[in-house]
Amino acid sequence: MKSSRERAMVPPADFRSYYGRPVLKAPVWNAQEIGGYFFLGGLAGGSALLAAGADLTGRTGLRRATRLIAAGATGLSYAALIHDLGRPSRFIHMLRVIKPTSPMSVGTWLLSGFGSMIALTAAGEASAVVPPRLSRAAGLGAGLLAPALVTYTGVLIADTAVPVWHEAHREMPYIFGASALAAAGGLAAATSPTAEAAPARAIGVLGVVAEQAVEHTLRRRLGIVAEPLTQGRAGRFITAARWTSRAGAALLAASAVRRSRTLDVAGGLALAAGSLLMRLGYVHAGTASAQDPRYTVEPQRNNGLDVAAGGRGALGGVQAAQAGLDARGSDAAVRDHPRQAPDRVERAEDRDAVARHRAGQEHGAAQGRHQRPA
Amino acid sequence: MTSPRMGFFTDTSVCIGCKACEVACKEWNAIPDDGQSLLGMSYDNTGGLGADTWRHVAFIEKPVTADGRTELRWLMSSDVCKHCTHAACLDVCPTGALVRTEFGTVVVQEDICNGCGYCVPACPYGVIDQRKDDGRVWKCTMCYDRQLGGQEPACAMACPTKSIQFGPLDELRERAAERVAEVPDARLYGADPDDGVGGAGAFFLLLDEPEVYGLPPDPVVTTRDLPRMWRHAAIAAAGVAVAVVGSFLGSRR
Repeated sequence: MKSSRERAMVPPADFRSYYGRPVLKAPVWNAQEIGGYFFLGGLAGGSALLAAGADLTGRTGLRRATRLIAAGATGLSYAALIHDLGRPSRFIHMLRVIKPTSPMSVGTWLLSGFGSMIALTAAGEASAVVPPRLSRAAGLGAGLLAPALVTYTGVLIADTAVPVWHEAHREMPYIFGASALAAAGGLAAATSPTAEAAPARAIGVLGVVAEQAVEHTLRRRLGIVAEPLTQGRAGRFITAARWTSRAGAALLAASAVRRSRTLDVAGGLALAAGSLLMRLGYVHAGTASAQDPRYTVEPQRNNGLDVAAGGRGALGGVQAAQAGLDARGSDAAVRDHPRQAPDRVERAEDRDAVARHRAGQEHGAAQGRHQRPA
Repeated sequence: MTSPRMGFFTDTSVCIGCKACEVACKEWNAIPDDGQSLLGMSYDNTGGLGADTWRHVAFIEKPVTADGRTELRWLMSSDVCKHCTHAACLDVCPTGALVRTEFGTVVVQEDICNGCGYCVPACPYGVIDQRKDDGRVWKCTMCYDRQLGGQEPACAMACPTKSIQFGPLDELRERAAERVAEVPDARLYGADPDDGVGGAGAFFLLLDEPEVYGLPPDPVVTTRDLPRMWRHAAIAAAGVAVAVVGSFLGSRR
């Protein structure tokens, strides 16, 4: 077979799995709750920063709006976090240790410190019970913790074995931090007096530009592992997020030129919606990448082959010499129809293969072997 | 530690796929029934490790052609929690529910776990999982209770062919090094202390590539990259602060 010879010259990009079953366990988190938590935490932190700035520059309308948004978002994010636990009544166990190796532990402590300060600030904004000085000090303290609060969530999801999340560990804190600025700037612009909203617009637009720039480099760097970001439900969310954010940024930029309440509200809400869609998209992409063994096996296998060629020795986990490369080349040549809907066809192929093996017919493809479309 | 580090050496070349380990594990640990389903892919109707499956026997029907005839070659392997030297589940657990025992194994304290689920996607082998109706996570304890009583784990005791061997990890590694030289096509998986998880406390002799058994070919503990992640987060946080300060300085009333 001529085609098989040609294939054998160039190592085929195929991989094997156990009947197409996932290697990893997908996150058990509820996508809405955890995506919502990332969004609300980002919104809370970004708003607290804006509130601190507004306080220091005497923009009382902007200060009031952002303090209340920050407090509300913090409360809701706490609720989402606790509700998503398998045992919500045991939330307090989070506070029995402080573990730098656990971003969730670090984040819980951050959120607790931030939350108590922002609650004090918002109470001062809403009533005279809290002295203005205390309210201001708490607000500035929350502003100091806020940058960490909006970026730690990037570390939280990157510190997993989920292929898309982990491979993106360099970019995630930047993307989530920028997304937080976009959401907070947007909602602040939408809810504060037009005359005071200039910094909010700038922060919102800056957030969108930074987020999309980093996302662009991320997708180029990740190669095949970036596929789940562009496919299926995750792809739809992220594409929608991108265009919603762009439209929102354009509206806010227009409002910066000729101030308009309508533009501020429309643009600001679009930025917040874009941020929420983006978070949900990344949560779904992570789940999709964990469910498909290809995104686990192929990057690890390719590392191994590179290393074998470079002579570091055996694969990390496998000590015996691997003659797998040649074997894979000849085996893979047998089945070469391109896949259209990767997941479904893959499983159908597995079932076919099982049936054929059982029937004892002639074939050469090893079971559980999958091919990538050329 | 008073005890040497204990481990499992699962020699899949002598596994006969009897599933006695699965049954013994469920019985001893009183693991709840997780339903019966026919997966229709092989004699494996368990599918994989999970909250209610701490030993899982994989069946791989592999076609082999010899003398012009193609026949099935069966690979069977009993999978289990790897009890990693560098355990991601333990690292990321925010409550301290996951601990390292005096036997060098990794165990969930069920009275501490609050079901945050962080360990589930952190495990590079897809072992630990959440029990839905219970909310907490569960996995192999290497029969911590039996070990405390000087007994070997239930799966190793039930294994009729000594495919599952339990003992001090050092001894098991020596034994495995001898065995791998005897068996054609054999390779050790998880026995190398220099691999991405610092070597597994439960390692395997395999007859094909790891992914064929549903194992990741070159797993790495995710927290290896955590210092770099925190560094990026710090830079990103500084960037966020600068962006906000700049926006206020650059905005006129």
